[in-house]
Formats: sequence, C-alpha cells, structure tokens
Amino acid sequence: MIQLISFYIFASIVIAAAAMVIFARNPVHSVLWLIVAFFNAAGLMVLIGAEFIAMLLVIVYVGAVAVLFLFVVMMLDIDFAELRAGFVKNVPLGILLAVVLVAELVLGIGAYQAGAVKLGTPGAGGATVSATVPNIEAIGGLLYSKYVFLFETAGLILLVAMVGAIVLTHRRSHGTRGQNISSQVQRRPEDATRNVNQPVGQGIEL
Amino acid sequence: MTSFFQNLGMGYDAAWFTATIAGILLIALPLMLAVAMIIYAERKLWAAFALRRGPNVVGPFGVLQSFADGLKVFLQETIIPSASNRGLFLIAPIITFTVALMAWAVIPFADGVVLSNINVGLLYILAISSLGVYGVVIAGWASNSKYPFYSAMRAAAQMISYEVSIGFILICIVLWAGTFNIGGIIEGQRGHVFGFINAYAFNPLLFPIAVMFLISSMAETARAPFDLTEAESELVAGYQTEYSSMAFALFWLGEYANVLLMCALNAILFWGGYLPPVDWAPLYLVPGIIWFFAKILLMFFIFAWVKATVPRYRYDQLMRLGWKVFLPISLFWVFLVSGYLMFTGHFA
Repeated sequence: MIQLISFYIFASIVIAAAAMVIFARNPVHSVLWLIVAFFNAAGLMVLIGAEFIAMLLVIVYVGAVAVLFLFVVMMLDIDFAELRAGFVKNVPLGILLAVVLVAELVLGIGAYQAGAVKLGTPGAGGATVSATVPNIEAIGGLLYSKYVFLFETAGLILLVAMVGAIVLTHRRSHGTRGQNISSQVQRRPEDATRNVNQPVGQGIEL
Repeated sequence: MTSFFQNLGMGYDAAWFTATIAGILLIALPLMLAVAMIIYAERKLWAAFALRRGPNVVGPFGVLQSFADGLKVFLQETIIPSASNRGLFLIAPIITFTVALMAWAVIPFADGVVLSNINVGLLYILAISSLGVYGVVIAGWASNSKYPFYSAMRAAAQMISYEVSIGFILICIVLWAGTFNIGGIIEGQRGHVFGFINAYAFNPLLFPIAVMFLISSMAETARAPFDLTEAESELVAGYQTEYSSMAFALFWLGEYANVLLMCALNAILFWGGYLPPVDWAPLYLVPGIIWFFAKILLMFFIFAWVKATVPRYRYDQLMRLGWKVFLPISLFWVFLVSGYLMFTGHFA
C-alpha cells in the first residue's frame, strides 16, 4: 500500500519536475526543477530496493553535478527575449529530436517486453536484488569479479578525462602573482616590525 | 515502536506510519530545544574565552536568552526585498532547516534506538549533507544582491571541496568497519584498541584522519575559522544579509542543527558513539544515550573553542587546504588503510 502511494508520488513528481525543467522561463529555476527530478528519481530507486544507487544519485548528481550547473547558470546574464527569439528557427530540429527519442523509447520498451534484453529480469544471472545481501556488497561482488575489466576501463577513461580537463584549463598566465604559502608561513614579526624606544618629542625615521 | 502501536490495535501500515511520525517528532522537537540551549552554551563559552560574562539577564544565568531571542525574531516583520526572487527567497531557509533535520534519521542515540536503521546510513548522511549547500546558494541568488551572491559562490565552492576529502575519510572508516551501517560502525569500535578502548580515534593509523575529519567538518558547516560565507568584514553577513525575522531564524537553527550533526558524526565515527570510552562492564550501566550526548558536547566544546580562538582563514588558504593538503593526504590514507587491512588479513 505505502509502496504504491510512494511510487505514484515519486513518479508523478519526477515527470512534473522534468516538464518544468523545459517550461520554466528562468534557467536557474530549470536547474532547480532538475534537482527535484533527480531527488525523486532517487526515491524511485529506493522503492525498487536499489538504495546504494539512490544514494549515489543524490551524492553525485544532486550534490556535485547540479551544484556546478547551478554555479554556471547563476553567473550567466541571460536575455530572455533573445532566448525565445530563436524558437521558430529551432522547431524542426526540436521535432526531429523528439521523434528520435520517442522512437527509441518505443523500441526500448518493445525490446524489453520481447525479452531480448536480459536486464533486471530474474534469472539473468548475478544482478538480482536480494533482501539479505546489502546492495553495496552485491554490486561490489559483481564489479570486482565479473565486470572487473569494464570497471577498470571506466576508471581509466575517467582518469584520462580528468587529466585532459586539467591540461586544458591549467595555463600559467604571465603577470599574475600567486600566493607563496611557505614564505608566508616562515615570515616572523621580526621581519616586518621594529621596536624603537623613541625619546618624547622626536619623530621616527623610517 | 511499530509493535507498540500495533498492540494498541492498529494494522501494520497504520502502526508503522504513526510510529515513524512519532519518531520524527521525538527527534526533531528535542533537537530544536538542544539547538536553543547549545546557542546559549556557546555564547557563554565565547564569553568565558574572552573574559566576558555573556548572556546573564533572561532567566537564571541567562538560560532563557535563546528563547527570548526566538520570541523577538518571531515578532519581527519578514522583509522580502522587492528585487528578490520571492518564491526561492522564502524556500531557501526552509531547505537549510529541513536538510539539517533530515540527516538525524539515521543517527543511533543508543543501542538500537534509531529512526531508520538502513544499510547505507553513512552514504545517506553524505547525500543529505551535500544538499545543505542548496539553501545557501539559493538564498544568495534569490536575494538579488551582490554580497549574498558572492557568499553563495563561496559556499558552493567550499562545501564541494571539503566533501571530497570527507568522502575519502569516510571510506577509511568504512573499510575498517566493513559496513556503511552506522550502528555497525559503532559496534566495530567495541574494544578496538588494545581490546578495551571503544574508539577508532585511538588507533594510530586512524588518529590523523580523525583530526582531518574534525577540521573538514568545521569547513563543511562553514564554521569559524572557515566561515568565509558570512565573513562580516568582507560580505556584510553573506547569504543572510537580506534576511530578517523567521527566515533568518531558520538559517540560524539549521546552521546549529548542522553543527550538532557534525559533532555527532565525529562522536560516532571516531569516538565510539553510544559506547562508553572503555570496554568495562560497570560503565555499561550508564545509558548509551548519555555517553553519546557527552561525546557530542565534548566535540561541540572543541568547535566553540576553535571559533573563539582561531582567526578566519583567507579564501585562497581555505581552497589550498582542501584541495592541496586534505585531498592528497586522505587519498593516500585510503591507500594506506586498505593496504594495512589487506596485509593483516582483515578481509579474509
């Protein structure tokens, strides 16, 4: 009973929030609706017993990716009139994209129902949700045994992407002076100040 | 608690629902009271550090000061700047406050006394604490004012930076405990050092990360010396600048609830949670909740001590500490701890 109610609440909020991402006029509102959608998708994950995935969804997408989205979007100075001006021009492309997505969706559901893709179906081996084994152990057991090469490849790709991002953005610009922490730490009061016992009525020579 | 309500003649669903609501109230209401008292305690502590008297007028020893402040704030007018984004402006403090309460759902107060004993408890806390940044960021943006906006930018960068090293520190603990369940982590500390000290912090391999976690939790809650988001000498009051009345009070309560949560996390992860300090039978006669609260208060004393004595960090120093000091060290420590556990056959 309570699962059913929660499912419909989570699912309808996900869909409504996803729609609001598109319909919201203000891009910051769009990002915030996206966060609501992520959060409720995590709720759906909890309902099917994938609590680890749910937590990862919140930590990675809501906690990190969406914060960076928000960070960037908040700093944009957007002219809303100009934004809507391109609507007619982009309509054909939009419709094409929508058609492709709908076709993929239908194909995906069809393939799933035909049983051609053994994903999430019981008896497909390994990837079943067990009530006794915690999610993390089950996923870990699979990742480090059956899918270890795929897992390590994914790690390697991420490492390369990270190195690439750093190489692209890290350029030493001339004329700027960075902080030299060690010289700041080593600086002592004697280096900067001087105590003088000056007689009354005389100025100090600097 | 569900069975208690079932005995009253409810069906399982209804009993579960009532028990959960009752549990939430049992945690949230005392927590609010604790926040009020902890603000008073902290003001007294700062006063003591600065050789002042602190609040001493309202009630005996000024104990009721926080309630007087609360009443005052409640009676004030809520001012919403006309240029602000009205809806988000009001939602922001609610987010901060709610998120600060949510994480308490998985904190065990004594053996088995926990609202939700889930397998991924520690990840849940990490997930919820990563939401905390939104209250600040939204407040800063919705105020439509430059100092709050700077503050929001700083908050976003700061909290993300320290979450990374906190994540690695938690991995070390999880590796040693072998579980993400918070009750399991506490039980893993029973007799951990020399067979009788109930704390990971006294393990020489884990002590450095206990210190790092304490510092990171100060940065994560944007407490002094890392309170760059509300640095009054640079940003007026940061993201709270445009807020007044109850909206401001909600930020205030949320911030302190978060500080208490971080103190509780320090107590749970490194100092044995509800276990007594040493594994000695007579000490178990004292209820676990008292040990737990004593540890939280001790951590809170350290937080207040640091806030009263340490000057504020510069922003670049804050970033450097997070990314160039804590991140490499915590990453190396994950390597070290997992290596040690592997060679000693802990995983076998």
